[in-house]
Amino acid sequence: MSARERLAGGTANFIDERTGAAKWMKKTLTKVFPDHWSFMLGEIVMYSFVILLLSGTFLTFWFDPSMKEVEYEGSYEPLSGVKMSAAYASTLNISFDVRGGLLMRQIHHWAALIFMAAMVIHMMRVFFTGAFRKPRELNWIIGVALLTLGIVEGFLGYSLPDDLLSGTGIRIAEAIIQAIPVVGSYLAYFVFGGAFPGEVFIQRIYTVHILLIPGIMLALITAHLMLVWYQKHTQYPGPGRTEKNVVGYPLMPVYMAKAGGFFFIVFGVTAFLGAVASINPIWIFGPYNPGQIGAGSQPDWYMGWLDGLVRLAPPIETHAFGYTISWNILIPGLIVPGIIFTLLAFYPFIEQWMTGDKREHHILDRPRNNPNRTAIGAMSLTFTLVALINGGNDLIATHFDLSINQIMWFSRIGIIILPPLAFVITKRICLSLQRADRELVLHGRETGRLVMLPHGEFIEVHEPLSPQKAYLLTHHEQNPPLALTNEDAQGVANPQGIKGRVRSRMSRAAQEQITKPTAKEVLEIEEGHH
Amino acid sequence: MNPISRIIARLSRYRRHKFAGPALLIAGLSIAGIGFSVAQAATTEIQKVTTSDKASLIAEGKEIFARGCSSCHGLNAEGAGAAPSLIGVGAASVDFQVATGRMPMADMSQQAMRKEPVYNEAEVAALAAYVASLAPGPAAVTNEELAWERSGDTALGGELFRTNCAMCHNLAGQGGALTQGKYAPTVMGVEPRHIYEAMVTGPQAMPVFANTVLTHDEKLSIIKWIKHAENEPALGGAALGRVGPVTEGLLAWTLGLGLLIGIAVWLTTKAR
Ligand code: HEC
Ligand code: HEC
Ligand code: HEM
Repeated sequence: MSARERLAGGTANFIDERTGAAKWMKKTLTKVFPDHWSFMLGEIVMYSFVILLLSGTFLTFWFDPSMKEVEYEGSYEPLSGVKMSAAYASTLNISFDVRGGLLMRQIHHWAALIFMAAMVIHMMRVFFTGAFRKPRELNWIIGVALLTLGIVEGFLGYSLPDDLLSGTGIRIAEAIIQAIPVVGSYLAYFVFGGAFPGEVFIQRIYTVHILLIPGIMLALITAHLMLVWYQKHTQYPGPGRTEKNVVGYPLMPVYMAKAGGFFFIVFGVTAFLGAVASINPIWIFGPYNPGQIGAGSQPDWYMGWLDGLVRLAPPIETHAFGYTISWNILIPGLIVPGIIFTLLAFYPFIEQWMTGDKREHHILDRPRNNPNRTAIGAMSLTFTLVALINGGNDLIATHFDLSINQIMWFSRIGIIILPPLAFVITKRICLSLQRADRELVLHGRETGRLVMLPHGEFIEVHEPLSPQKAYLLTHHEQNPPLALTNEDAQGVANPQGIKGRVRSRMSRAAQEQITKPTAKEVLEIEEGHH
Repeated sequence: MNPISRIIARLSRYRRHKFAGPALLIAGLSIAGIGFSVAQAATTEIQKVTTSDKASLIAEGKEIFARGCSSCHGLNAEGAGAAPSLIGVGAASVDFQVATGRMPMADMSQQAMRKEPVYNEAEVAALAAYVASLAPGPAAVTNEELAWERSGDTALGGELFRTNCAMCHNLAGQGGALTQGKYAPTVMGVEPRHIYEAMVTGPQAMPVFANTVLTHDEKLSIIKWIKHAENEPALGGAALGRVGPVTEGLLAWTLGLGLLIGIAVWLTTKAR
């Protein structure tokens, strides 16, 4: 044993004797992780978060979260002598006078955009494969909390530099707070510490942006990962994969090596964007000034759909008891997002209620095998997309030579018509894919080879599927809709009549399927053909 | 001894040659002559306009007007149908509208758009002179007269632009949408004199910025800021059209996340 080995062994022993770590490590390091690209989406989110923490910490060294008025004297000529807040001046300072500062700012902002985008894609993966089903509902809810916090965190970060572009966003946020009936104006007064824009706002959101929300997010992310750990990962269906096992690579060394490498890839892509593409060039926008406003002001994309909702609301207000209720802000700014996030958080339970399926699931669904869920997902995405498009209506108008009014009317009508349309179309597509699967299992793969039979008829040769493939296409279970009676055994109308009927209708929609081939059918066909 | 000083040394040997004086004189004169005639050629266009009799310029303008503009604006620029009267709009308005190609209008769409100008500088000047002769109005200016580089203040111009112009033209001057398909165009790449004339005449939906609102010097400062923004190199990398978060979001999704997902797919397939 060399000296080095002795030292390493001794250290390991020392730690083990005091913590009992060896047993834990052994269990942990041989833990198995399944291998599929869509399982790396969550990792992209995690690594972008780490990048945000690191680059954000760098920015705190120079950022001055103060609204104190200063006269700019830094090296960006076109603003020299202009009066601005210390926050804006220090952001200019980071950009032009701190070595690597602009790169860090840009990395931080690109990482924020990628963080949010990756979070959405990760959520879509979880949704469309049914990974949120029991026992993982809690982790889904944590995810929704993280998404919500991420949106708020990004918005606050975007507002910190106190530039004219983000100031326009804060002004809208203020209008939304004010639109809350009765307490709105007091609440706004409280948040801004006086009349808008006040003198403390940047200071306050700074604390929230660098301490409160990142802290909560860190805690939630830890809980999120611990749950994944404890409940083990779900896996895609396949031969040998059951509800009771996980097929994949051991954590050490294969998975760790890959994950470590992947962190640097995420960092590399973010840093590359930060180095070559400008983001949020606040020096062009100028310092915030409540008397100024810019055409074509946009929030970052993850806020864009909310902005789009506010933009498409027709101007409706009610005056009652000396208060004005601005429905055009209240509904799209608070009520609709509130409903959306509540439905999102409770979706696992809604689906359980619809299908009556309260069992545990560790094998993922292929999206086509759950047409109803897939269609609901497509519907929600369409809704958000229409709202997002309307959020950019002014830019689309100027760049594609359209009228802003046309786009607004397209969005107003589209947001009502297109999501249900997406639902129907998606569901039909899923069902036809199921039909194609059924054909494939029953008749095998078309080979394109034509053969002439002795009596002159041409047939195309079909090749039977491999057992693996056939298993993949037929392993899923298909359940009948819930049988709900509207009256009880004595013939008395069910007291939950309407609820029962709704549920039974939902259940029928949820279980609409193309019947998969049974083993008997497959057998019959095989015997008939050969 | 380096080659240049060697040549000079050789030339200086001829300094005392008896033809040196006349040769130098001839050379000097011909350089002056060539230079003068080049300069002359460059300035004849302007010379012709300023020296030619004002009345004939107006007459020429009237003639062009009758051919190219009267169908819409009426024979005496009194206005007809959708086209407004040009009496009193001044030479500045004509110079802005015609030299940026807006007039003659191609089709009666939402808004007269900037396009390749139909008339050359001399014809524009004639048209301007004619319209100015109908009634007094703001005079046209030239880029040289404006002296914005000397008298303007970039930082002040930026402040004034954000206060007076950004609500239509965007914070970065990239243009913005107005209602009903109308829009404020980008102010990047516009001739200084046209920026000035736009402020003085307020084309279409744009308000007039009289000297009481923005003084002459303040206008020059705005021009200086616009020109600065136009020529500013993209400090943080590719400018992405300077339209803000929309293109940034698009890039984050496509290049950023797209690339990462691509790599994730690649990593997991390689592993099989
Ligand atoms: C096809 C019809 C049409 C033609 C041809 C046309 N114009 Fe116009 N012009 C208009 C209309 C309509 C407007 C007002 C709306 C606008 O500016 O877009 C206008 C506006 C103007 C204005 C701005 C008036 C103001 O209030 O400041 C000027 C100057 C002008 N035209 C000059 C000309 C000149 C000079 C010509 C000929 C070279 C010409 N136009 C040819 C239709 C026309
Ligand atoms: C109310 C909105 C509005 C404001 C405020 C406004 N503009 Fe405009 N501007 C317009 C519109 C609309 C046009 C297009 C006119 C046309 O096409 O004839 C325009 C055209 C211009 C043009 C011509 C661009 C080109 O392509 O030839 C310039 C330059 C310009 N504006 C500069 C300014 C400046 C400088 C200010 C501030 C002092 C300003 N504008 C303020 C609406 C506005
Ligand atoms: C977790 C998610 C986070 C998101 C989505 C996020 C997002 C943002 C965004 C979009 C900006 C605007 C930056 C710009 O204009 O260039 C910003 C600024 C800032 N962020 Fe974050 N951030 C996050 C976490 C953090 C953390 C953890 C810290 C500190 C420890 C931090 C510190 C800062 C600072 C100091 C600024 C302002 C400085 C500047 O803009 O130059 N951020 N953030």
